[in-house]
Amino acid sequence: MTLLSVRNLRVTFPTRQGTFEAVRGVSFDLGRERLGVVGESGSGKSMTGRSILGLVRPPGLVTADRMQLEGQSILNLPERKMRKIRGRRISMVMQDPKFSLNPVMSIGDQIVEAYRLHAGGARAAARQKALDMLAAVQIRDPERVMQAYPHEVSGGMGQRIMIAMMLAPDPEILIADEPTSALDVSVRTEVLNIMDRLVRDRGMGLIFISHDLNLVAQFCDRVLIMYAGRIVETLAARDLHQARHPYTRGLLNSLPRLDAPQDRLPVLQRQDSWRDGDPIAESLETEFPGGL
Amino acid sequence: MNAARRNWLLSDAPQTRRQARLGALYQGWLTFRANKLAMFGLIVLIVLIAMAALAPWLSPQSPFAQDLANRLQPPSAAHWLGTDHLGRDILSRLIHGSRITLFIVGTVALIAPVIGLFIGTVAGFAGGWVDQVLMRITDIFLAFPKLILALAFVAALGASITNAVLALALTAWPPYARLARAETLTIRNADYIAAARLQGAGPLRLLVRHIWPLCVSSLIVRVALDMAGIILSAAGLGFLGLGAQPPMPEWGAMISDGRTYILDFWWVAAMPGIAIFIVSMAFNLLGDGLRDVLDPKGAKS
Amino acid sequence: MLTVEHLNVWFGHPPARVDAVKDAGFTVAPGESFGLVGESGSGKSTILRAIAGLIDTWSGRIEVAGQPVAARRRDRAFYKTVQMVFQDPYASLHPRHSVDAVLSEALRLQGMDDIDRRIARLLDDVGLGRGFRFRYPHQLSGGQRQRVAIARALAAEPRLLLLDEPTSALDVSVQAEILNLLSDLRAEHGLTYVMVSHDLAVVGHMCDRLAVMQQGRIVEVMTVEDLRRGAARQDYTRQLIAASAGYQRA
Ligand SMILES: Nc1ncnc2c1ncn2[C@@H]1O[C@H](COP(=O)(O)OP(=O)(O)OP(=O)(O)O)[C@@H](O)[C@H]1O
Ligand SMILES: Nc1ncnc2c1ncn2[C@@H]1O[C@H](COP(=O)(O)OP(=O)(O)OP(=O)(O)O)[C@@H](O)[C@H]1O
Ligand SMILES: [Mg+2]
Ligand SMILES: [Mg+2]
Repeated sequence: MTLLSVRNLRVTFPTRQGTFEAVRGVSFDLGRERLGVVGESGSGKSMTGRSILGLVRPPGLVTADRMQLEGQSILNLPERKMRKIRGRRISMVMQDPKFSLNPVMSIGDQIVEAYRLHAGGARAAARQKALDMLAAVQIRDPERVMQAYPHEVSGGMGQRIMIAMMLAPDPEILIADEPTSALDVSVRTEVLNIMDRLVRDRGMGLIFISHDLNLVAQFCDRVLIMYAGRIVETLAARDLHQARHPYTRGLLNSLPRLDAPQDRLPVLQRQDSWRDGDPIAESLETEFPGGL
Repeated sequence: MNAARRNWLLSDAPQTRRQARLGALYQGWLTFRANKLAMFGLIVLIVLIAMAALAPWLSPQSPFAQDLANRLQPPSAAHWLGTDHLGRDILSRLIHGSRITLFIVGTVALIAPVIGLFIGTVAGFAGGWVDQVLMRITDIFLAFPKLILALAFVAALGASITNAVLALALTAWPPYARLARAETLTIRNADYIAAARLQGAGPLRLLVRHIWPLCVSSLIVRVALDMAGIILSAAGLGFLGLGAQPPMPEWGAMISDGRTYILDFWWVAAMPGIAIFIVSMAFNLLGDGLRDVLDPKGAKS
Repeated sequence: MLTVEHLNVWFGHPPARVDAVKDAGFTVAPGESFGLVGESGSGKSTILRAIAGLIDTWSGRIEVAGQPVAARRRDRAFYKTVQMVFQDPYASLHPRHSVDAVLSEALRLQGMDDIDRRIARLLDDVGLGRGFRFRYPHQLSGGQRQRVAIARALAAEPRLLLLDEPTSALDVSVQAEILNLLSDLRAEHGLTYVMVSHDLAVVGHMCDRLAVMQQGRIVEVMTVEDLRRGAARQDYTRQLIAASAGYQRA
């Protein structure tokens, strides 16, 4: 079943130089799968995620022909209704964890508060849940980290704290915006395993925004490649290395490789035709309609 | 304004320091201008300032000239806003009173936030026992109701307009200190502060060049929003006879004079009341507009 | 160029004391590029901060260019030798300072003259045009911000550059640009790098040798050739290399 269906999503910002389109007609369906979204900085990945949750700040304007969560439209819902959906049904791990955490409130308090906001319940129970979640994301001494303030944890710990916070209320859809960019590979594997289990066992839908192409190729089922606010190519993740769009190829080539050292890394030569040229292999429907 | 100048100001890639600075100012002005209510507030304040500056020429009569034969006259062609119990022209007194109001507001707005900014940022930045001591002092001040504390100050220093202003300033700073400290706490661990340290910047430089610019904007907004309260407090002191002394045309004192006649000669108290109301509201609206411009959270994206 | 011996770094007081780095030691030769990899939260950033003098609570011995560094306040000469680039380009630039203000303050604090010319040079060095000089951080992309941060670090003309995950917040095309830039700068100015990264491919591309950290300890120091051959002595390193080969579903 399709969890989330988006057609012709546009996000525009009025600026003094005219309107700026951050997202220009994005369409996709999300089933109970791992959907990767890759693309360079500023290509509109985060804006796509934020617009689904109604988190685009004014004066930004979101329009779409369709934006449905299990058949029910969630486009531009009033804030009060959106708050019921946010966290409980769809949650989002923000890109910049340190920025999203309150710098003058302890981490434990923040997780407990976020959890109780959605699930209610006693403080002690919420605290236990928070400790469990921190342990699940491989934080070594959760008791200490609960007491710590955001500046007292490392970059990667901050990221994992955000993930723990967002997974605590058991959402149906998780939008993870660069959730593992500051994690070392071994911890990253664990965090990915958690998300993977949620997708497989509980049928969660995952939108995984990342610029790590190798990771997306291995972890996700399907990949959308974005450039300048548009999807330029849609592929099954395992075929990512056979991508045909020159932009995708350019991104792949600019990765350093452990097994093939080179003196200089090739950098991307952007072409104007990518902005409006025809997308490649755009199949909107999820290939996993029945879930995995 | 012509298009070339506008583009020059709004350029994404300014060529000189001056262009960048003017560009930033112009951007702020555009944001502010978009807020109609804030513009209204600004216009009221400009009128107030003009009124204060031109008071002797604007006011139809002397604010002190008594005319007991024409006391307590209702608004008329001769006295637009009527006369008070000594037959003085209320309009003239209001116009001259704007000078006193501006003096009070201006001085308090200069003293209180500066004290608050200094104490708050030093406490937040230094931490440890400095923070403890400074914040306990702040708490002590906060524990008393503002007006009562101001009353105590004035009672100790003697009733006069200068002492009233001083008392108000000395009682108004603690919230600013709190605010500045809170801001400092969020800033002081930031990487850009660490980076400045690595350039060899000392604590004083960090405080003045790096931390103050980030605290000042929220303080300005807060001050603008608090101005209304300060005008009212000043009026309150005047009303109690502890601020401006007769026959000074201070608005609060004017209300106080009018209160005995409030039922039969409503305009004596109502006119200065309306003036206070309009100016307070103007400051509030201005504060709202300034928040749009200065609040880093709104201006960031 | 840099010697670290028996470095311990801790935060707070007992019983809440956190030992972030325990008995770490390594040396970096002049002109070398040294990688620091390991578990998240294992103390990599903390080591760099201790070297840079941003943390007071440490013990052990740190020598820069043959001179032991002071435990607390460092003098200006130290900052002329050692500079640092931070992990998050969005947090490392003052939101109210233009590029020009950032660079001229750095130059002035280092007692340089001829500031206008030097700023132009620095911007050229990091591949930013003149047009960027008077922009504010919110007018810059992540990659451009990181370039400004690198320019700020280069302002003092340091010989040792501490790089804390300089590209982890950037997308791959910008990462390639920044890595190329760092290689060029190293060749041009003969810089020495200590670079933290969790991406073994990036370390393999940039560095000559690397140290692997786990739970505050350095568990292994190896050359990049060994890393490529997968010749690790420690279990944890092997685990890391295996994991970096890709994600396998559990
Ligand atoms: N408030 C705003 N006003 C105008 N433009 C904006 C605003 N917020 C974002 N944008 C623009 O929208 C575009 C898309 O931004 P978005 O954050 O989605 O990029 P991204 O793909 O997530 O990039 P990154 O990998 O750097 O996170 C960018 O070009 C950005 O400059
Ligand atoms: N100011 C502080 N106060 C208390 N503990 C701290 C402080 N700074 C760091 N720590 C702790 O020190 C440990 C090491 O942190 P550090 O930032 O060095 O990790 P890291 O290796 O850089 O990790 P990452 O790869 O996730 O950035 C962590 O457990 C962290 O919680
Ligand atoms: Mg993003
Ligand atoms: Mg770190």
